[in-house]
Amino acid sequence: MTITVQLFASYAEALGAKSIQVELPEDATVEALMVALSELPGANRLPPKPLVAVNLAYAAPDMILTSGDEVAIIPPVAGG
Amino acid sequence: MRTAIVEKTIDLAALIAEVASGAHGAVATFVGVVRSVNDGKPVLGIDYSAYDAMAEKEMNAIAAEAASMFATSAIVVEHRKGFLGVGEASVAIVVSHERRAPAMDAVRYIIEELKVRVPIWKCEHYSDGSRDWVHAGTGAARPR
Repeated sequence: MTITVQLFASYAEALGAKSIQVELPEDATVEALMVALSELPGANRLPPKPLVAVNLAYAAPDMILTSGDEVAIIPPVAGG
Repeated sequence: MRTAIVEKTIDLAALIAEVASGAHGAVATFVGVVRSVNDGKPVLGIDYSAYDAMAEKEMNAIAAEAASMFATSAIVVEHRKGFLGVGEASVAIVVSHERRAPAMDAVRYIIEELKVRVPIWKCEHYSDGSRDWVHAGTGAARPR
């Protein structure tokens, strides 16, 4: 399945895009997504385990992704 | 209760009017403002960006928690995005309550949670032309 991953702030700069598409096997977990992301050019500027949000909520590494999920990786937040 | 990511100047008086009520003896406010120096470097302004849909959802969840914990739904939170100059308000939180202590406690709760949970980022622009992403003192947001 193809998962579209939204990128923001410093992570968007690191990977040079506001979103990327990642090809993953069916029933892949958030952890598997992190591994796939770590192999992208520029990923050396990301932390080893970035926070992931799925469908607008922070997601645990063992969460199973489904085609059509809204996925984003979340840099350290700095609101206020 | 209302929370929003906004792009225009925050109007604190309007927010106070939105939540004040004759039954409430206290309106507590917090306004976050872009300051001129950070870590010893002169700041020209801050470019705020957000994951809008998630930021609004998370701000709404925090406001709902505060409403439940402090027994008032008279809460409004606005966070601005875009480029803000020194002295401009980036966030405003207003809570109206019958009593002052829970009003102030609710404001404090909301700003502290907002800073660690809401996906908003700031890129500081300095007077020497450089810029840098700010990482909050407490580090990354925590899943919950």
